[in-house]
Amino acid sequence: MRKSRDKLVGFLFVLPSIILIGVFVYWFIFQNVSTSFDRVVTRATKRELHPGGVANYSQLLGSDDYQHALFNLLVLTVVFVAGTMFFGLLWAILLEKGVTAEGVFRSIYLLPMAISFIAAGVVWRWLLAPGKGDQASGLNQLLAMMGLERFQSSWWQSPNSFSMAAMAIPAIWQLSGYVMALFLAGFRGISDDQREAARIDGASEWKIYRHVLFPQLSPIALSALIIVGHMSMKMFDLIYAIAGQNSYKASVPSTMMWTQLFQQGDATAAAVNATILLVLVALIVIPYLYYTNKTEKEVRG
Amino acid sequence: MRSRTVASAAIAGLVAVALAACGGTTESGGAGDANAPTTALQTKAGGAGGDVGVFTWWAAGSEKQGLDALVKLFREKYPNNKFVNLAVAGGAGSNAKAKLASDLQNNQPPDSFQGHAGAELLDYIDKGQIEPVNDVINALGGDKVFPKDLLDRLTVDGNIYSVPSNIHRANVVWANVEVLKKAGINEVPKDLKAWMADMDKVKASGVDTPLSVAGTWTQVQLFENVLIADLGADGYSGLFDGKTAWDSDGVKTAVADYKKLLGYANTASDGDDWPVATDLVINGKAAYNVMGDWAVAQFNDKGKKQDQDWTWFPTPGTDGVFDFLADSFTLPKGAKNPGGAKDWLMLVGSAEGQKAFNLAKGSIPARTDIPASDFPPYQQAAMKSFKDDTIVSSIAHGAAVSLAWNADISTAISKFYVSKDEAQLVTDLVAAAKKNQA
Amino acid sequence: MTATTTEPVPVAEAVPTRKSTGRAPGTEGTVMGRTIRYASLLGFLILILIPLYVLVVTSFKTSGEVNARQAWSLPSVWSVGGWKAAWATLAPPLWRSVVLAVSVAALSAMLGSLNGFVFAKWQFKGATLVFTLFLFGMFIPYQAILIPLQGLLIQVQQTPGMSWFDGIWKLIVVHLIYGIPICALIFRNYYATAVPNEILEAAKVDGAGTARTFWSIALPISVPAFVVTMIWQFTSAWNDFLFALFLTNRNNGPVTYALNELAGGQNPDYPSIMAGVLLASLPTLLVYIILGKYFVGGLMSGSVK
Repeated sequence: MRKSRDKLVGFLFVLPSIILIGVFVYWFIFQNVSTSFDRVVTRATKRELHPGGVANYSQLLGSDDYQHALFNLLVLTVVFVAGTMFFGLLWAILLEKGVTAEGVFRSIYLLPMAISFIAAGVVWRWLLAPGKGDQASGLNQLLAMMGLERFQSSWWQSPNSFSMAAMAIPAIWQLSGYVMALFLAGFRGISDDQREAARIDGASEWKIYRHVLFPQLSPIALSALIIVGHMSMKMFDLIYAIAGQNSYKASVPSTMMWTQLFQQGDATAAAVNATILLVLVALIVIPYLYYTNKTEKEVRG
Repeated sequence: MRSRTVASAAIAGLVAVALAACGGTTESGGAGDANAPTTALQTKAGGAGGDVGVFTWWAAGSEKQGLDALVKLFREKYPNNKFVNLAVAGGAGSNAKAKLASDLQNNQPPDSFQGHAGAELLDYIDKGQIEPVNDVINALGGDKVFPKDLLDRLTVDGNIYSVPSNIHRANVVWANVEVLKKAGINEVPKDLKAWMADMDKVKASGVDTPLSVAGTWTQVQLFENVLIADLGADGYSGLFDGKTAWDSDGVKTAVADYKKLLGYANTASDGDDWPVATDLVINGKAAYNVMGDWAVAQFNDKGKKQDQDWTWFPTPGTDGVFDFLADSFTLPKGAKNPGGAKDWLMLVGSAEGQKAFNLAKGSIPARTDIPASDFPPYQQAAMKSFKDDTIVSSIAHGAAVSLAWNADISTAISKFYVSKDEAQLVTDLVAAAKKNQA
Repeated sequence: MTATTTEPVPVAEAVPTRKSTGRAPGTEGTVMGRTIRYASLLGFLILILIPLYVLVVTSFKTSGEVNARQAWSLPSVWSVGGWKAAWATLAPPLWRSVVLAVSVAALSAMLGSLNGFVFAKWQFKGATLVFTLFLFGMFIPYQAILIPLQGLLIQVQQTPGMSWFDGIWKLIVVHLIYGIPICALIFRNYYATAVPNEILEAAKVDGAGTARTFWSIALPISVPAFVVTMIWQFTSAWNDFLFALFLTNRNNGPVTYALNELAGGQNPDYPSIMAGVLLASLPTLLVYIILGKYFVGGLMSGSVK
């Protein structure tokens, strides 16, 4: 009896949070989803903008512009995630054994994360200016000064369809330090005894990493992957600050939602877009949450 | 200045405006004839009282100076009211429009908000978010003081929904005198072809990018200039009422010409605002920039003198046409202080208000009864041309098309900037028209 | 205190003694290996500092000197004009941001420790499901909920007696609510390892309720989790732009809002914009420089299962 009353107290402690999340997340999501199924007819001319129901989804998914935005998102996410994971892990490996002035390196690597996207966007818009040759400014000018003209690029405005990869540069700049910190914490959590033991067995440094350290870091890698991946899917401030709100080249679903909602005044299209984005995020996040729950139970069991 | 507030203690707000206008600004010209039209508008001397929240995207530069000038007058004329500045900056007005859209959707309107006069207001009218202001326009003098052409463009189903504050011209080329001299150009080109020939000369003289452009909306504006040049004023205006097809030969020619022009231009970044392009002309890195006449402020800011450092002409092929856009103020439905809002609208539409505002902002008054001699040379020329020329409406600045249509055209132009695919642009423009044309 | 920890990953221990390896730093590996390591560390350092260099250099130039040709060079005359202009515009919103970020950090951490403890050690029926639903709330794209959110907050504001509920107040509430999931996560994972079940059992035998166990045993050792949560919430509240744009205005908004206004003007004055970027970023930069080690150490308890 006492135990169940105790549990009830625990539930009451969390109840306010449950209500808040219920309203501010799930009720609002419900409102959004129900908007996404609306049939919309213009007042003045009675043209049907959205047929209503599931057809709203095939309408948006079938549009070239949306497919372009989804493709951009894919490119951005792949490069962004791969970039942060690569640099994050590399820096963590460089730092994990302890180096002189480690604090300085670590602080500076982490520093960009402290800057808001909107502030960083101001600088990066200039750094990624597309002009080359005589018109070069920003990074292109720096490359020219170093005699590396041939590496000049129009960055995210390059004419190829993978140009969105360049938009990942500022994002990688901002978040690699965060991933590094995650990995570094992971390395620090592994006791020295394990390395020593492996060393005594005659394992090379590479083998120690490969067989002793990395396997223990895989949960961290997975967390980092999910955190960075979902940030990429929602990324708005940075793209908005660098490319403006109407850039076709840099459009992704989250910036497109802005245009739909506030420039085209089309709340229904925006709701459809938001729901699709939510489903995409859910497809990644739900298995992850499921997996962590399961492994946790195994550990505890 | 402050002592003149005494003058505003008159019987009616309207008379107060007129009196104060006569009370004189520091200018010698003496603006504002005291029109005393009959009116149904009820206003109170010194203002209706309370907070008056006014929403604009005039948060910096000459625009802010213009707004400040208006606010100063507002405080003098309507001491009962408290002006609350709700300006939202950034993104060339797009932040502001987004915020406004959500405020309106949540029935939390400001007391008055800025909107581009013309089709852009249709969205608000269609959603029933703004009220007619016929009484204010009549009290101000109606078509005795505002050009009929302009009022026609503001009228929807017999009602006028906003009070215009200022007019800008969007079909102007700004040029660097020295660069032209070096290239041996001393005549204004008659048409696009001659203009591009001049650009070749500029190129030959060592300036790689004769023409400058900036972010997406400046490209839309350049494109609309080319459309006017190739379709003529009537053909261009027909694009918006269905008389000219968006896949007609004229449009296709314009798309081809636009592509050629981009060939002369710098590599712009989508997010850049217009001063980036104007600065290229100022620095001599480009010879020409097509921009609205707010560019004058940029030249002034950098200490450049007209005729000596810079010159202007109507975009070749559009001489005799005035590609117009106007800012105006509205009365939102459900405004908390409609009385105060009307005080604001009366000030915005008054001769004195328009003179103070437009001198600071660098635009021209919407009213026709303000002497041109009070304005600097460029504005005098623009005022004359506004009176004499054929008026067409700007796409990029919401006079010709609704917000949604404008957004679709912008996307198409942004796409074209990288792809340079002419057929695709025409297809996109047709699709945009089909989706949005009323 | 930490001696009682029996878990394989002693987080609380790992935090205060960061360099627990006992080796002198930098002595690992061959000379060659060390050289390569330091060279690459320095190289990356420079790469990361490039944007910051541009910011600092430009902020000390005069507006006349800012053009592409000299963009990468040091100012010919060091001027503080840009900083003065930026400070004049940003001082009031900076102060509002401090109020916002500090309150959000403190309140979020308190709420988070409570939620986290319940989810870790005090599970009611269905707690796992609720927690999972919480976590999912971290991942939604916020544009999707902006309009109903703004509507609801306006309704609250219009209730009689609530007219003060505007500007920063709204942002505090919003960041507190949307921060619930991450804060609960950080604390839950922290308590899961830092407070062994044996202690709870022992407390129970002693007759202490779980609430008292939380108060007298869990809370006192929660400092690392508090620090991590507070850094996280401080940063996200400070850096947020989207909510600020919609829920506040120029008269009551935070510094990101004002910065955007400074940068978004039609006639950009780059020295003051860049100085403004630095001013607006200084507090979070300082937090990271001073408390960065807690961040690294504490992350172990936060985002890692």
